[in-house]
Amino acid sequence: MTIDEYKTRAEVHKAEASAQILAAETTNALEEARTAVWSRTVQQSFSKALGELPAEDRREAGRVFNELKEHVDGVLAAQQATIDASSRATAGPPFDLTMPARQRWQGAKHPVTLVIDEIVAIFRELGFTVALGPESESEWYNFGALNFPADHPAMDMHDTFYLGEAALLRTHTSPVQIRTLQSYAPPIRILAPGTVYRRDPFDASHAPAFPQLEGLAVDEGISFVDLKATLMHFAEKFFGKTRTRFRPSYFPFTEPSAEMDVECVLCAGAGCSACKGTGWMEILGSGMVHPSVLEATGIDSERYTGWAFGMGPGRMAMLRYGIPDIRLLYDSDVRFLAQVAE
Amino acid sequence: MNTSVAWLNAFLDSPKTAVELRDLLTAHTATVEELIALRADLASIVVAKVITEAPHPDSDHLHITKVDDGSGELLDVVCGAPNVTAGKFYPFARTGTTLPGGLTLTKRKIRGQTSNGMLCSARELELGDEHDGIMELDVDVAPGTPFLEAVSVGDTRLIVDVLPNRPDLLSHLGVAREISALTGASLSLPDIGATNVVIPEAKRFRRAGNAGGIVLHLEDAKLATRFMGIVIRGVKVGPSPAWLVERLIAVGSRSINNVVDATNYVLHELGQPTHAYDFAKIDPEPKMPEKTIVVRSAKNGETLVTLDGVTRTLTPEMSVIADSVNAIGIAGVMGGRDTEVTEETTDVFVEAATFDAPRTRRTRRAAGLSTDASYRFERGVDVALAPRALERVASLIVSLAGGTVVHEPVDLHAGEAKRVPLVLRTSRVARVLGVALDAARIAELLRLIGCTADAEDGGTIVHVVAPTWRRDLVSEADLIEEIARLHGYDALPTDIRPYRPGTSSDAPLWTLSAKLRELLSGAGFLEARPIPFVAGGEGHVRISNPLAENEGHLRRTLLETLARRAEHNLAHMQGNVRLYEIGSVFAPGAEALPLETVNVALLLMGDRDPAHFTNAKPARFDAWDAKGLAAAVATAAFGNAILEPSADGGDVLWNVVVGGQRRGIVTRVALDAPVWASPAFGVEIELSALSNADIAPAGEHAHGAVAPEPPRAVSKYRALPTTPASVFDLALLVPETVIAADVERVIRSSAGELLEQLMAFDVYEGAGVDAGHRSVAWRLTLRHPERTLRDKEIEGRRAKILTALQSELNVRQRST
Repeated sequence: MTIDEYKTRAEVHKAEASAQILAAETTNALEEARTAVWSRTVQQSFSKALGELPAEDRREAGRVFNELKEHVDGVLAAQQATIDASSRATAGPPFDLTMPARQRWQGAKHPVTLVIDEIVAIFRELGFTVALGPESESEWYNFGALNFPADHPAMDMHDTFYLGEAALLRTHTSPVQIRTLQSYAPPIRILAPGTVYRRDPFDASHAPAFPQLEGLAVDEGISFVDLKATLMHFAEKFFGKTRTRFRPSYFPFTEPSAEMDVECVLCAGAGCSACKGTGWMEILGSGMVHPSVLEATGIDSERYTGWAFGMGPGRMAMLRYGIPDIRLLYDSDVRFLAQVAE
Repeated sequence: MNTSVAWLNAFLDSPKTAVELRDLLTAHTATVEELIALRADLASIVVAKVITEAPHPDSDHLHITKVDDGSGELLDVVCGAPNVTAGKFYPFARTGTTLPGGLTLTKRKIRGQTSNGMLCSARELELGDEHDGIMELDVDVAPGTPFLEAVSVGDTRLIVDVLPNRPDLLSHLGVAREISALTGASLSLPDIGATNVVIPEAKRFRRAGNAGGIVLHLEDAKLATRFMGIVIRGVKVGPSPAWLVERLIAVGSRSINNVVDATNYVLHELGQPTHAYDFAKIDPEPKMPEKTIVVRSAKNGETLVTLDGVTRTLTPEMSVIADSVNAIGIAGVMGGRDTEVTEETTDVFVEAATFDAPRTRRTRRAAGLSTDASYRFERGVDVALAPRALERVASLIVSLAGGTVVHEPVDLHAGEAKRVPLVLRTSRVARVLGVALDAARIAELLRLIGCTADAEDGGTIVHVVAPTWRRDLVSEADLIEEIARLHGYDALPTDIRPYRPGTSSDAPLWTLSAKLRELLSGAGFLEARPIPFVAGGEGHVRISNPLAENEGHLRRTLLETLARRAEHNLAHMQGNVRLYEIGSVFAPGAEALPLETVNVALLLMGDRDPAHFTNAKPARFDAWDAKGLAAAVATAAFGNAILEPSADGGDVLWNVVVGGQRRGIVTRVALDAPVWASPAFGVEIELSALSNADIAPAGEHAHGAVAPEPPRAVSKYRALPTTPASVFDLALLVPETVIAADVERVIRSSAGELLEQLMAFDVYEGAGVDAGHRSVAWRLTLRHPERTLRDKEIEGRRAKILTALQSELNVRQRST
């Protein structure tokens, strides 16, 4: 090919391309025309031809090609503008930007999960990891190892679902303490969230299955001061700046035992019906791990001490989100579940 | 426990207000859950006098009365109480008054007669259970006087949450003892007006002793560590004085008669249950010269009518008090009706015992009857209390009802076991509490609660003997708890001290669950937490004691419960249901414990997208959505998964196969659904077994035996392509018997290693397609890693693929 032939080819293509482009009346047709006359392949064929010209003609051919490109791009843009203008003219009113956006379905974690995740995040900053255990348990893991005396009124605090003679549904997450203490050597620093079961009728404030979250720290030199300081730190992070108090309590597997209250979130301590006028809300039970629990798991209770706590993320979710009836947590009504997305 | 502030203050030399008592007890002893100003709700009740009373003309039990309420005119009031009597005073609620139960009185017609208010019974005022008639007031005040002024009912009740380790707090004495320890106030028993009564000292025997006309027997010391009795002759049973009635009302008990009230008073005052029998009705035809009373196990099938009028069939695990023939009371629980003290009673036998705690618990459970007495016995009553209580109750009966004690009481008791002192190390106190307290301070605190405490060995240890009423103090840990609470939890520091990280990492199942929650919530699904009980049946794990038969089993799959939740939503007209759950499922195991597994499941039905003006009728979710979600979840969980078409021909569409093992399903979900509901689809995938096996025997551990976590699978970087891809489509005419997986296999094997992507993107059946065939369009992406593919090469591949398809599957290119 000579430079003249190249020029002719460019001229012819310019005319053909313009005709095809200008014939296109819709955006789709314009795109079709562009593909036909000004695709990468077409453009590459011009550069390929240019490469086959003698060296001295290539500068001229380059100029010709650039001119062709400028022309075709210009025609394409002009025709697009024409099409846009005419489509605005024929499509009636202008594009209404106040119409609603296209939505996607929004998913959500359960309010209880949100609370558990937040609790875990707070304790994670203090070196805790998460441990899990089964919901079906033997009596030893649920009661015996946790220092529950047989035929004792302490058992009345745990109305139990049994699965035959020797198996039961755990009444608390504390069996995870035992499983962890048997599996890992101190130092232990774990949280154990999970479902627990009590044989309570399903009503506005009781559910036969509900979430609990256990914490356990065992090491040399762990004391009641650590318990108190850590749990107060947690309360401040979770509830914001708030007053807390510790009351004596009783759990067979801790001694001393304590319950922690925070100032009632509804009345700020003034006393209301939700807090029975006390100004306080019970948040968690806790205590120093009873030596017999450590001994039950083969850990030297003289060398090691520990503390543990348990709290109810379900109740905390109800407080946080103002949920009046515990059944809402478990009914799985999609309108409820979609409300509390965070 | 119900505690009266006035009663507590009667023990103390410096009275405390209800709020002070609440704060002290809650901070140091036991939580006071509520303060109930006993009469605040009765502020608008007045004392009224019934002036006239006449039967209602249209009723056989109503009365029409004229009532003087002090307002100056007599009110017409209709009253249904049989005991309404002209000339007597009653509590009166005017119209507009709200009663304690929440009822607000209005002027209304009862059988045609207007009634302006109500004469009240004790129960209507929540002053007791008495409902047989209205509350007759023995007062002499002007009609219209506020009830609270006329009757001394200004006490406050503390509801104390006494936990099982502190049975000593189940009495006013016990609570007052704590207040005394916390405040330094001195403690003495309240005056009950019996200072002049002298009760002879009891005589002690081991198994049997004569209390004067009656011989007491203790069949087995396992039933009771102590059994005491006294006979009081010539009593006059009658109403109790007002102070006693008020004490009982303050703790929520009701007055019955002076003898029974005396026993109830002592129960609430000292925490020792006692029981009074009509002496004449015990052993009416004795076989021995004296009457017999015995503590023994019940005989199988023996029956007893208890005080509440219920005929109870007894079993040998129960303990009873019996005469020579019949059981006359369930030991530690409730007396029998036949020997009840009534107005005809002249001689009484009063018992004070220390029944065995676990035995009482079993007795109470077998009888299905919990009482103030059984509550205390099963928690443990101080064995040293019985003589004090018997003396106190006898004195009170004699002072209230007269009568004399002619014989010394009997005390069947083997004697007190010697108490071994507990050794408390001050170093241990410091280790557990995190603060050092010196031996002197420790001993001082323990003495406050009645311990003897002697510091020894240069203050490194303290020898402690707990008082008899603190049966719970049996170890060093128990004493440290006492020190902590007496010192005050609030007084301990709150600094976070250095700690070492734990030796365990996050449970892999937890990490995985968190990841899947993100995935599914992000995909538009809502997390559910259903109660995991199902009606179930064969193949399900049975709950021995379910709340209801329709929730008598544990679920085997999450989809069982999610399906019920979907139905719940449909019942509330919610047809767009996208739920997921990560939770435990249970299958019967070979051993006692079930096999527990944690699964993830999701259920989807309804519109695939929210409605929009560009898409007014969105498509519904279909099986392909479920398949895609299953693949996404399984890939997130396991790195890879194959969805194999299910061969079962039922609702299950695909099996989720991971590493050759079936881990889950994609299935249609059958629902009890209204006609407008869309089809529902479910995915359920097993994430991990959750072992409930023993980790180590009791008293041992298995440290170091935990399997190390497998190394995490990480997908490595692959260089991004630098050469262009070639994309072409194949429109194939596929016989109906040939499945996509076969076509894919043949294309892959014949396309060679340059095939980068392969996808069936269109299916067409109908006009233009041969009968018995489908037209399926596949898109292939080929790429050479180093250079641009030439047209010829691509043509060559295409021809090779088509030849292979033709020869292996009889699949041809569709002619256009």
